[in-house]
Amino acid sequence: MLLEVRDLHVEFHTRDGVAKAVNGVNYSVDAGETLAVLGESGSGKSVTAQAIMGILDIPPGKISGGEILFQGRDLLKLKEDERRKIRGAKMAMVFQDALSSLNPVVSVGDQLGEMFRVHKGMSRKDARAKAVELMDRVRIPAAKERVGQYPHQFSGGMRQRIMIAMALALEPELIIADEPTTALDVTVQAQVMDLLAELQRELNMGLILITHDLGVVADVADKIAVMYAGKIVEQAPVHEIYKAPAHPYTRGLLDSIPRLDQKGQELYAIKGLPPNLLAIPPGCAFNPRCPLARDRCRIEEPPLYDVTESPVKRSSACHFWKECLHG
Amino acid sequence: MAEAILEVRDLHKHYPLTQGILFKKQVGAVKAVDGVDFDLAAGETLGIVGESGCGKSTVAKMLVNLERPTSGSIRYKGDDITKLSPRALKAVRRNIQMVFQDPYTSLNPRMTVGDIIGEPYEIHPEVAPKGDRRRKVQDLLDVVGLNPEYINRYPHQFSGGQRQRIGIARGLALQPEIIVADEPVSALDVSVQAQVVNLLENLQTEFSLSYVFIAHDLSIVRHISDRVGVMYLGRIVEIGTDAQIYDHPTHPYTQALLSAVPVPDPEARAHRERIILTGDVPSPANIPSGCRFRTRCWKAQERCTLEVPLLAVPAVYRLTDSPAKHDSACHFAEEKHVVPTEEDTGNGGEGPGGNGGNGGEGMEANGGAGPKSL
Repeated sequence: MLLEVRDLHVEFHTRDGVAKAVNGVNYSVDAGETLAVLGESGSGKSVTAQAIMGILDIPPGKISGGEILFQGRDLLKLKEDERRKIRGAKMAMVFQDALSSLNPVVSVGDQLGEMFRVHKGMSRKDARAKAVELMDRVRIPAAKERVGQYPHQFSGGMRQRIMIAMALALEPELIIADEPTTALDVTVQAQVMDLLAELQRELNMGLILITHDLGVVADVADKIAVMYAGKIVEQAPVHEIYKAPAHPYTRGLLDSIPRLDQKGQELYAIKGLPPNLLAIPPGCAFNPRCPLARDRCRIEEPPLYDVTESPVKRSSACHFWKECLHG
Repeated sequence: MAEAILEVRDLHKHYPLTQGILFKKQVGAVKAVDGVDFDLAAGETLGIVGESGCGKSTVAKMLVNLERPTSGSIRYKGDDITKLSPRALKAVRRNIQMVFQDPYTSLNPRMTVGDIIGEPYEIHPEVAPKGDRRRKVQDLLDVVGLNPEYINRYPHQFSGGQRQRIGIARGLALQPEIIVADEPVSALDVSVQAQVVNLLENLQTEFSLSYVFIAHDLSIVRHISDRVGVMYLGRIVEIGTDAQIYDHPTHPYTQALLSAVPVPDPEARAHRERIILTGDVPSPANIPSGCRFRTRCWKAQERCTLEVPLLAVPAVYRLTDSPAKHDSACHFAEEKHVVPTEEDTGNGGEGPGGNGGNGGEGMEANGGAGPKSL
């Protein structure tokens, strides 16, 4: 297994109390595999990614438990200088907003070249040549002429390509893409997702795709982990989850997508609001919004049940997953 | 179609590009909106879709008179609102209200919810006499699904979805006939989007509102709209009923746009044809000659460079009853099925899928009959 996250807990100490952003997350990615982490804002999907990358702000953040095994080694036990060698070289991240993630006063070529200068000790000239090569690889037209330009001179889609180029620079084994296409237009989004998928195949990388878009997930993912209030509530291969969700939250999300045959009818809407992380409801965190909720849900926190019924393994954190799966 | 309540004709908005510090001279223009025509019938929802920079938000601003058009007309019940006197304009503005995209920046953080929703009454006191305002605001809160007791709270005490409800209540305060909603759900979480879409639909029936619904999310636009216009680089390239646009698109841009939308169904991955456009949208300061889409179009020929295609029913479909008979600005307009929906739901094999297919057919037939009765 390339990456395995085991029982990860992250909390933030704020003036108003302790916000439990991640409460026992388990997931794993293999080489060449795409795991989609699906969730709304505040579900803990990005915080988990930041903990894996080691770019969490500590303090106020604090990893209060768990393990992150990357190629068998627990990253949380490594020293900062050892993690630094892994970050960028073996795992890299693509951020959502390319304009604010790139340095506006350094040329694109220098920013790409920095990867090679810092990690590989290349000369300025060699690094620049490498930068051009990378820009070619992510299909930026006229790479040679544009390598000296600054981020504001590129369009949104091109900037996101540069972000991808930067993540790929040292051919890492794992890429974490945090909402890589959310800021892009549909036609450009399709271009960028295609590029990402193609490069992933070529380099046999593991990909963790963090998103809230059920459409993007269906297009590219192999398996899905659905997060709610800092927990994984359902994990399954992509086909199974869309066919028959085993958690009421997943079901609600899928049902709230407008569909052709429901035109003119009211959309299904999950009632209520995502929970406040300072005061997560006792029992199942989803119970105040859940149509299946009973007394048990308000008292007993559901574990991640094994709900495998077919040859493929899947799990759901709902006491009444059978009802959800079959009803 | 019912009588048009809003008629937009040849609408342009050009922002000048100047050079020089003391003596500014105009060296060009950003053509944000470059010739837009459409009608909005009473009680209908017109969806406008397009990518960022296509001018859809500028159109919205001109409809509520936050921007003055460079040329063209916007007729509300026959009166051109771009030429009205300030006094007459004030009366018209009451009837055309806006709901903004970002509920975090469009509400003043220092005003209470009651003051925000009640502020329109300061400008139009005839709608609600002073003593009556508090009750009216509380009614509005109730209408949009918020607790009327929240009247003294501040925006930061609410979540994104609740804030958008406040924005909608403010838009409703003056009992307008038209609401222009510019990306009203795109800043919201997935599970909350559906709540707000349902609210907008219920309000439409309750207060017989007409909507101009601007968004980039094509599935939500389809759900809420009666007719849909697709914009590209300052112009509408195709417009028709929702079934005409989604099931029988004839403009290559619409086809590419629809095919690029990720479908939330992993089974569709295999048998789905995707049109991936090359390149980016050209700058609106430097619009290509002829057809503005030709630089990214796979059908482009020499004619497209020379001749601007007009938004009209394509000649091939003019004498037919085909659902492809709707306005499309392409010299080589041709129907192409790109959304793999009906067959796929049909493949599900169960009752609902089959019904869905039939429902779709029925809608198309109605869509085809609509324009003919004009």
